[in-house]
Amino acid sequence: MDIAFLLNGETVNLYGVDPTTTVLDWLRENRRLTGTKEGCNEGDCGACTVMVTDEDGTRPLNGCILFLPQINGKTLTTVEGLSSPAGDLHPVQTAMIEHHGSQCGFCTPGFVVSLAAGQINGENDHDRQIAGNLCRCTGYAPIVRAARSAARRPVPKWLRDIRTGPSFGATQDDFQPTTTEGLASLLSAHPDATLIAGATDVGLWVNKSMRNLGTTIFLNRVDDLRRIETAPYMIWIGAMTSVESLRLAMNKHHPSFGAMLDRFASAQVRAAATVGGNIANGSPIGDTPPPLIALDAMLHLRRGDETREMPLEDFFIEYGKQDLEPGEFVEAVVIPRDNGPDRLKVYKLSKRFDQDISAVLGAFNIRVQDGVVVSARIAFGGMAGTPMRARAVEAALIGQPWSAETVKAAKWSFAEDFNPMSDMRASASYRLDAAANMLDRVWLEDKGVATSVREVMP
Amino acid sequence: MTLGKAIPHDSATGHVTGAARYVDDLPTPADCLHLAFGLSQSARGVITSVDLSAVRKAPGVLRVLTAADLPHVNDISTAAHDEPLLAKGEVHYQGQPIFLVIATSHRAAREAAARAEIGIEEKEPILTVEQAVSQNSYFEGGPLTWSRGEAETAMQDAAHIVEGEIEIGGQEHFYLEGQVSLAEPQDNGDMVLKTSTQHPTEIQHKVAEALAVPFHAVRVETRRMGGGFGGKESQGNAPAIACAIAAHLTGRACKMRYDRDDDMVITGKRHDFKIRYKAGVDKRGRFVAVEFDQFVRCGWSQDLSLPVADRAMLHADNAYYLPNVRITSHRLKTNTCSATAFRGFGGPQGLLGIERVVDHVAHTLGLDPLVVRQRNFYNKTKPQETPYGQPVKGFILPDMVKALVDSSGYAERRDAVAKWNAENEVLKRGIALTPVKFGISFTLTHLNQAGALVNVYSDGSITINHGGTEMGQGLFQKVAQVAASGFGVSLGQVRITATDTGKVPNTSATAASSGSDLNGMAVKAAVDEIRARMTRLLAQLHQAKPRDVKFKNGKVTVGQDELTFGDVARLCHENRVSLSATGFYATPDISWDRTIGRGHPFYYFAHGAAVTEVVMDRLTGENRILRCDILHDVGQSMNPAIDIGQIEGGYVQGAGWLTTEELVWDEKGRLRTHAPSTYKIPASSDRPAEFNIALWNGKNHVPTIYRSKAVGEPPLMLGVSAFLALSDAAAACGDSYPDLDAPATPERLFFAAKRAGK
Repeated sequence: MDIAFLLNGETVNLYGVDPTTTVLDWLRENRRLTGTKEGCNEGDCGACTVMVTDEDGTRPLNGCILFLPQINGKTLTTVEGLSSPAGDLHPVQTAMIEHHGSQCGFCTPGFVVSLAAGQINGENDHDRQIAGNLCRCTGYAPIVRAARSAARRPVPKWLRDIRTGPSFGATQDDFQPTTTEGLASLLSAHPDATLIAGATDVGLWVNKSMRNLGTTIFLNRVDDLRRIETAPYMIWIGAMTSVESLRLAMNKHHPSFGAMLDRFASAQVRAAATVGGNIANGSPIGDTPPPLIALDAMLHLRRGDETREMPLEDFFIEYGKQDLEPGEFVEAVVIPRDNGPDRLKVYKLSKRFDQDISAVLGAFNIRVQDGVVVSARIAFGGMAGTPMRARAVEAALIGQPWSAETVKAAKWSFAEDFNPMSDMRASASYRLDAAANMLDRVWLEDKGVATSVREVMP
Repeated sequence: MTLGKAIPHDSATGHVTGAARYVDDLPTPADCLHLAFGLSQSARGVITSVDLSAVRKAPGVLRVLTAADLPHVNDISTAAHDEPLLAKGEVHYQGQPIFLVIATSHRAAREAAARAEIGIEEKEPILTVEQAVSQNSYFEGGPLTWSRGEAETAMQDAAHIVEGEIEIGGQEHFYLEGQVSLAEPQDNGDMVLKTSTQHPTEIQHKVAEALAVPFHAVRVETRRMGGGFGGKESQGNAPAIACAIAAHLTGRACKMRYDRDDDMVITGKRHDFKIRYKAGVDKRGRFVAVEFDQFVRCGWSQDLSLPVADRAMLHADNAYYLPNVRITSHRLKTNTCSATAFRGFGGPQGLLGIERVVDHVAHTLGLDPLVVRQRNFYNKTKPQETPYGQPVKGFILPDMVKALVDSSGYAERRDAVAKWNAENEVLKRGIALTPVKFGISFTLTHLNQAGALVNVYSDGSITINHGGTEMGQGLFQKVAQVAASGFGVSLGQVRITATDTGKVPNTSATAASSGSDLNGMAVKAAVDEIRARMTRLLAQLHQAKPRDVKFKNGKVTVGQDELTFGDVARLCHENRVSLSATGFYATPDISWDRTIGRGHPFYYFAHGAAVTEVVMDRLTGENRILRCDILHDVGQSMNPAIDIGQIEGGYVQGAGWLTTEELVWDEKGRLRTHAPSTYKIPASSDRPAEFNIALWNGKNHVPTIYRSKAVGEPPLMLGVSAFLALSDAAAACGDSYPDLDAPATPERLFFAAKRAGK
């Protein structure tokens, strides 16, 4: 595959690259830009963070799970490109030195790039910005002090242009379609091809499972799939919408969903990962399906010129098996908006708050009229081989008064709905108990009782 | 004078720009080869067949080695010679290297390694403490007991007795830079290695053994590590030896870096413990007798497990006088990765044992645990002996704790926590103040020595070199400050150089928090020597007395005359005075007999105390650290910025060990948490929302470099306060003792709170 991009201000043209070469490996091995580090090679530590800019803005991405075709036509900035050509340090770099933000220094370039991207975007929640950067030495406090200090300083002038980074000179490639139409016909012709959207999952197939992907189709230039349309009766979310864009949209429409997405992986992963990918890969612990199911979302699939729709919950047949035909792809997911005011509550349970995979994720959409539960859609991740509705619990609630007694009685139904597994994230009994207690939390929150440890201040 | 100043890390600019080079960043010859291990997928068994034909045929593969192909000794162990580089006939843990692939790229080596067909006749692995004890799977033949007085008899006089057990999980180092080595063959069959290690000398020795050459034929260089924490004390041996052997066989440079998952599966971790305790106290909660059984999962080979288990025993008292005590240590051989050094080296586990006992006693007696702690502290004026017979001198914890109680508002906050808990059914708060007393010195006495080499060039520029390694802890900068201060020059005049076995030989590992104590003194000795020579010359040339020669602010004054340091260096050269000196230091006043558990193993103790306040959610066990206040003793600080950095980072690492960091092995002995996706070290938002750190204002009572104290390991144990604060929150959910195990994941805390409510 041929690609072109801007690297630290310099145009780079590459011809005939292996499409699954990662940006990290290319930088380190071909370009000898060794400031960008390999820490985990799976997108969990952030030592490889690079900054990518295009018409949608600037974002931090993990270079270890970013394939070269994904930066075709974009601007790539590495830690080496953050200081001025004359050698003046970036304000984040200066602040990190002043506040003793580095010890062993190996994670530091990744932090610096994340914080520089955050500074460009005016992000003031530094914990959110660096949730995907692990540091084992400092305990983070000095890094956050540096972040606060740098956030008050202007973006250096040598980086300002980067924000207008044009879609310059992207090369055309048959396997990097630019429209949904083009994708549909290409996939029909190559039904066995591996689709690569954000590569946050596929990257691990390559880096960890050592898989040869065969024919690959890159979706990152299919612009018409990367948008959210809001109408009075629905929200249409294109499959290539990033989880970060979904987070911003949900903050507005379903704040509890948006707040959960703060904890969906990290800034780097949210910027790459797509809504379609999170659904299509069918993980039982993907965090977007349960709330989407609780919202009664419909899935739009496409093969060639044919489209079909189904309730999202029906897409997941069993572990590892989705209702997806060869040559078919996820086009969009659609959330209805005509069901009255937002009642969605989403609770994520994991060992660590940030950037962890859910042990249990519960989404509750319980409507109450005149003190009686009129409808309940409850869906869970981590409780079965697929994202799954809690139908017995729903049945135990509907038609009953919305009361502590009803909640207490309905909790017995969790064991009817679920028989979860024990694994390294949680035991079966804990999953079942904690999932049931999430129903208590919905009730208690309705009564105004504080239940979130994250909202308690010292 | 640069000592005592908050100067940034010497490589800070290199870190933030990405210019600081780690082993994998070094330019290599174009024909450099890359290595990968093929690993056992079984925890225990006999290798029945090894089919490597597909590996050999894989693209880019030059050679594949098994144990039979190694030229000489097949061993990577620190001392016991019980750990082969490549498995010999049997495998003893999942992740044990069986063969070595030499290929043209890192990717090619990894891809090829995945193609092997290994037949293993599996045996039932020994995984748990119970399995190991019942099968008598012990190192050293059986348990080791140290005691003082008659604990069992004395127990009969106790007013109250508490008994219990705590499980303490292990910990993955998760140094951000994985294990990595580069070997470059030289003339005469010599080998030069650039490697990420805390112990270049050991790698030199092990490589020499593997190549059957004298030590002088191997040189090991380490400029910096991307984190160590004990995980690069012995665990760097395998890749370094593999590279040296491959380089020796191929005549080409060879590099090996573990993929993260391989790193986490292959290398050792902090030892997990199970500690059984029985403690008798008087009516006021003062200890009458304490008995501990410490069960230690050491893994399949010895590695550093014996001294680690010893140090756990040596810290079973923490800060408390235990008049009658028995400590029994069970060093269990299990089919898991060989547990190894990790910041604190057994001390944290031993310390958590007694802190748990104190907490349990306080709960039983209905006292504030802090009161029980204070009543049991060692006497600060009349030194009392530790269980192993060392008088506890310079014991400042009673005063430190008093100061921390005041500065943190402990008393008012304990009341506020109780009030909150009475008013809130779902969210419960907890608070705990825990102290740390940590013994400083290697318990293997002869390791307490260090050497240094200082060169002054005739322009006045200086290089320093010593046996310590830089893993982020700021050792190089502290030692440079010692040198700059000694010569009265600016730091910029002192060049820090990579640790190099060719410059300073026969060094100890940079471990046991000893780096700046030992190497600072060794460099000072060399600096003093050169300065004395300079002084003699100047006194002679200027007809002055040596005491009239002063080194300050980059100048040297002799009476009324003033020279630059560079002038003096040039003068020395012209007058044929040597400008190069070695320095040496051996820690005084230490002696130790580990077989009977008696002696004076530590030169001094470092202290600290922390108050942590937490909140938990009873519905799910989710929890969060709200605030932490620390007062820590570094003696007279050589560099407060670096010391505070060690304390902040140590606390968060210690709290991580006891909260989110959970290692999970399945019933077949396979590690299920072998990547950051499943093993969760603290992230930024896990640090305390409010984090106040202060240094105790005082000098070390024994002469150390600048009267400072070691700071690497002690602060890690401040994290115990987070664990006991969580236990306190769980205890608020009922009347029973919650018996919280570590790590206190949301799940464990959830069930602990339930137990409390029963």
